[in-house]
Amino acid sequence: MSASSNTNIDLFQEQILAAVKNKTPLSIQGGGTKSWYGNANSYAKLDTRTYSGILEYQPEELVITACAGTPLKEIEAALADKNQVLAFEPPHFGDSATFGGAIAAGLAGPGRISAGNLRDFVLGARILDGKGQDLSFGGKVMKNVAGYDVSRLLPGSMGTLSLLLEASVKVLPRPAATASLRCNITQARALQLLNEWAGQPLPLSASCWIGSSIGGDGELTIRLAGAAAAVKAAIPIMGAAVNASELEPQLASDFWAALREQQLAVFSNLNSDETLYRLALPAACGTLAFENAHGDIALEWHGQQRWLKALGDDATFTSIKALASAHGGHATRFKQGSNIDPGKQRFTLLSEQVHSTALEAVQARLRTAFDPAGIFATSRLP
Amino acid sequence: MIPMNMVTPPPELAAITALQSKLVSALRPILPEHALLWEPEDTIPYECDGLAAYRRMPLAVALPETEEQVVQILKTCFAMQVPIVPRGSGTGLSGGAMPISQGLVLSLAKLKKIINIDPFTRTAVVQPGVRNLAISEAVAHLGLYYAPDPSSQIACSIGGNVNENSGGVHCLKYGLTLHNVLKVRGILMSGEIVEFGSLAPDSPGLDLLAIVMGSEGMLAVVTEVTVKLVAKPKLARVIMASFDDIEKGADAVAAIIAAGIIPAGLEMMDRATTRAVEEFVHAGYDLEAETILLCESDGTPEEVAEEIERMTKVLEQAGASGIQISQNEAERLKFWSGRKNAFPAAGRLAADYYCMDGTIPRRNIGTLLRRIQGMEKKYGLACLNVFHAGDGNMHPLILFNGADQEEWHRAEEFGTEILEACVELDGTITGEHGVGIEKINSMCVQFGEGERESFWGVKSAFDPERLLNPDKAIPTLNRCAEYGRMRISGGNLPHPELERF
Repeated sequence: MSASSNTNIDLFQEQILAAVKNKTPLSIQGGGTKSWYGNANSYAKLDTRTYSGILEYQPEELVITACAGTPLKEIEAALADKNQVLAFEPPHFGDSATFGGAIAAGLAGPGRISAGNLRDFVLGARILDGKGQDLSFGGKVMKNVAGYDVSRLLPGSMGTLSLLLEASVKVLPRPAATASLRCNITQARALQLLNEWAGQPLPLSASCWIGSSIGGDGELTIRLAGAAAAVKAAIPIMGAAVNASELEPQLASDFWAALREQQLAVFSNLNSDETLYRLALPAACGTLAFENAHGDIALEWHGQQRWLKALGDDATFTSIKALASAHGGHATRFKQGSNIDPGKQRFTLLSEQVHSTALEAVQARLRTAFDPAGIFATSRLP
Repeated sequence: MIPMNMVTPPPELAAITALQSKLVSALRPILPEHALLWEPEDTIPYECDGLAAYRRMPLAVALPETEEQVVQILKTCFAMQVPIVPRGSGTGLSGGAMPISQGLVLSLAKLKKIINIDPFTRTAVVQPGVRNLAISEAVAHLGLYYAPDPSSQIACSIGGNVNENSGGVHCLKYGLTLHNVLKVRGILMSGEIVEFGSLAPDSPGLDLLAIVMGSEGMLAVVTEVTVKLVAKPKLARVIMASFDDIEKGADAVAAIIAAGIIPAGLEMMDRATTRAVEEFVHAGYDLEAETILLCESDGTPEEVAEEIERMTKVLEQAGASGIQISQNEAERLKFWSGRKNAFPAAGRLAADYYCMDGTIPRRNIGTLLRRIQGMEKKYGLACLNVFHAGDGNMHPLILFNGADQEEWHRAEEFGTEILEACVELDGTITGEHGVGIEKINSMCVQFGEGERESFWGVKSAFDPERLLNPDKAIPTLNRCAEYGRMRISGGNLPHPELERF
């Protein structure tokens, strides 16, 4: 590391220790592209962007190590140069998205259903804890079971455990071939087929169904990715089953990028009194009727991630949470309209989950272990 | 195989007997008579796990048959402040299930029901005592299987796999246990039932499943596991490539990955191993090769044909002196037979062997192998090298004679030096076997005081009284100070900041 980088870490430590002394929590932020995600707070910001850069990247090791403040697009460009990718396809939600922000948010794009979650790819992390201690967990190798897997506890923790300084993540070769198919099909039929296909040796990489919230046809787009021969062999089999047509490559690539970044019409034009809800559901959960949804709904990950727009009031959130819970999942107020009270709880709580109440105390003690003074206790993630 | 002279002497016998009597009385109402053992002739099979060098007799052994019995046992031990060591099939290789002399061994072996198989959701819900391979066998007719395949998968249980985050040959492509488990139901030491993870793609709050995976039975007792099933590939073929130089073989591993190929398996054996196993399995290995690589491809027939062709080209360019491609399933299994039988073959060469488990970045494989050659001379002991080259997980097998106490100590020192070399080469002291009791001192080398303190914080968050397998995996400050004192190098005292005693 350069001297300036060490200086940056020293400054972070000073900021943390001052916060401990003054009992004023810090809200960690990178490029701020996901600042709307999670429970709101108005604590002082700790800006990670001063600690930026790729520290180590050797394509044959399938691992990249970078500082938290590194722009995500810089990392993706370096990987693309060697024909490799972040297989979990993290959404950027803006040009200034950072590597650390992506890990802290823990969000994954369309490829999550086949490649795995962001957490699955994290191999190691260097952090500053709430005492300003510089600590490293995990490492840079694929298999490592020394000590508790603290580095995989960080994805999705939204800066409520520690300050992430650096992370090592596993990368994968870009698939040799991809193809996308599109057809009109009912939601029920799409869910049935996607789950059947997922249980077969087919190169099914991503899926998205967009259509009416209460039934009828919608548009299903599927992505195949893998060895050229496998993709070529699968296109006629899967295409014939749903009378699908193959998308022109650029159009397909633009569609999956727009889905990942939520730039499709189904996500946009959120009214000021509306909320974009996210439902996370078990595999093969059938159709759910959202009678109060405004406009179309979107289903990703073979139906395991569903998006709908509806009123942002508590009663609506409660009913959506109840619906998700009844099917073994949970719901989130992902994005809120401008007139919705930013102080509202965005997430399903552990206490609202079966057999999870006792984990609230565990989670609280875990946070105290890493952050005894509560410097990162911003409540952004309950 | 392993010396018998490592038995820890029992502490105060009278106190132990009194505690044992109290514990047995408290557990009797919970368990049927046959499910509670305390006589030495009954508990002696539980004095160690797969690492037989470390043994200790427990106070008692409980073999619950229901989750409710597990809850009651934990509540009872919690109230009595008696530590518990959870145990599955006992195939662990790091002493993770070695008993505590004033504690109870909680065997989950009788919880072995496959509760549900759902082909549509590609999941299976199983109890912790179900054998790893039994899951794949139970779903084979559906065209599905459970991907992680530790070498002991015939015998090891899924609960143990969760606790060790076990790997195997196929984890380069299909991931570790962590990547293939959706939900774990468990009991906290307090007796509370909890669920980590979810059948949904994520769960509310912090990702507690991530930290429970591989936690060596120290955070919760596993009573149910929901695993992900994947489609069984239509075809698998393996390339066996010989190299006349070990560096060339190591470079070929990197070249395959750099070419954008993730093989279903990528394993390596050195000449000493090849010679040992050939005598045992007669697989037709090239006995003159310095090293042999096994590269497997699986998928659709079209996919496999394409990948085999690409891998063959890479191996040829990397300087392979010989290449054979399996032509049918019988031949594929024959090529693999040596790799799979490397451990028993080692057992035929020496009275005992000591299996290490470090992981290093792939680029350092050649460096570590050269260092091990030097260590063979230094310690006067032979070492076979057989390993998961694709992910850098090394399994050096140090051969020794356990009847010779001095030789056993040399083997231990040899192993420790290998692990320290792994850390120095940017790797780790354990890739899949766990720390247990065996590598607890090496944790002082890999992690500093701050990290170890954080580990204890994690432990206490789940188990504030530190009663669940408390003496494993995470060393105390005192232990590291003692260990550091024993290993003064060049006159420099390690951890000079620590208070000495």
